[in-house]
Amino acid sequence: MSEQTRQSDTLQEISDIKRIMERSSRFISLSGLSGIAAGICALAGAYFANNIIADYYNKYNSGAGYSDKDFESLKLKLLLLAVIVLVAALLLAFVFTWRRAKQNQLPVWDLTARKLMWNVLIPLISGGLFILAMLQYNEWRFVAPACLIFYGLALVNGSKYTLTDIRYLGYLEVILGLINTQYTGYGLYFWAAGFGVLHIVYGVIMWWKYEKSS
Amino acid sequence: MKNPINGLNKVFDNRIRLGVMSILVVNEEVNFNDLKQMLEVTDGNLATHLVNLEDNGYIKVHKGFVGKKTNTTYSVTKAGEKAFSDHIAALETMIKGVK
Repeated sequence: MSEQTRQSDTLQEISDIKRIMERSSRFISLSGLSGIAAGICALAGAYFANNIIADYYNKYNSGAGYSDKDFESLKLKLLLLAVIVLVAALLLAFVFTWRRAKQNQLPVWDLTARKLMWNVLIPLISGGLFILAMLQYNEWRFVAPACLIFYGLALVNGSKYTLTDIRYLGYLEVILGLINTQYTGYGLYFWAAGFGVLHIVYGVIMWWKYEKSS
Repeated sequence: MKNPINGLNKVFDNRIRLGVMSILVVNEEVNFNDLKQMLEVTDGNLATHLVNLEDNGYIKVHKGFVGKKTNTTYSVTKAGEKAFSDHIAALETMIKGVK
């Protein structure tokens, strides 16, 4: 064996090791388009929520005053809207990531996907239950900040198992949530900025960085 | 210059064994099916190499159950970690030596 072929064999071996280590520890199929789609869902949701809340206050201010029935219906509508937005965002995010995995001929549901999912779900489910407990005691002011903070922590935690860029999105969500605690009347705007605008910006950057050429 | 090939580990001559080690050094515990999926090998082939690695004391086998199905997971031993990093170091010396 000549020195040169031996060197190229060695380089090949090292690059194989590196590739397998990467592939087995990080879920790399997460698509930027998933972020953009989730962001658009969030903005649409915020728009409808804004309308629902405006309708409620119009009726309230037009002399009808406070009624338990109206307030219950407002809560129900907002909760329903939140569920629809969540399902739509997750579904679209999944579709684009699934598509990218197929294009790269990688399995979409493997060891790395399970690890990522598990590590994102721990803070996310804790946050979800915490927010439901707040609603149970009619504590509305910190719903938006808690959504942003727990979601941000979930992303920071998950970033160890996927493309690391998502960590910065996580930091920004947490910071936005913490600022929101001082401006509780503007929850919907902070929510729209965090889940809408930040997702879209992140998605575009990720798409630009990793997917544009392929 | 001393012969760098001396540092290379014979056990890692095989791509599948090297692949298994590469996966196990970055993952705490991996089951048989995940190894199979990531390395794109057949059951029998993978099993043979796993036995070899176990015999060399480089990996540990944990037999467990998920429901009624057996779930065998593998993890790297201290000796395995050492052997793997020595092998990488030898590969690095080889590249530097030829330059």
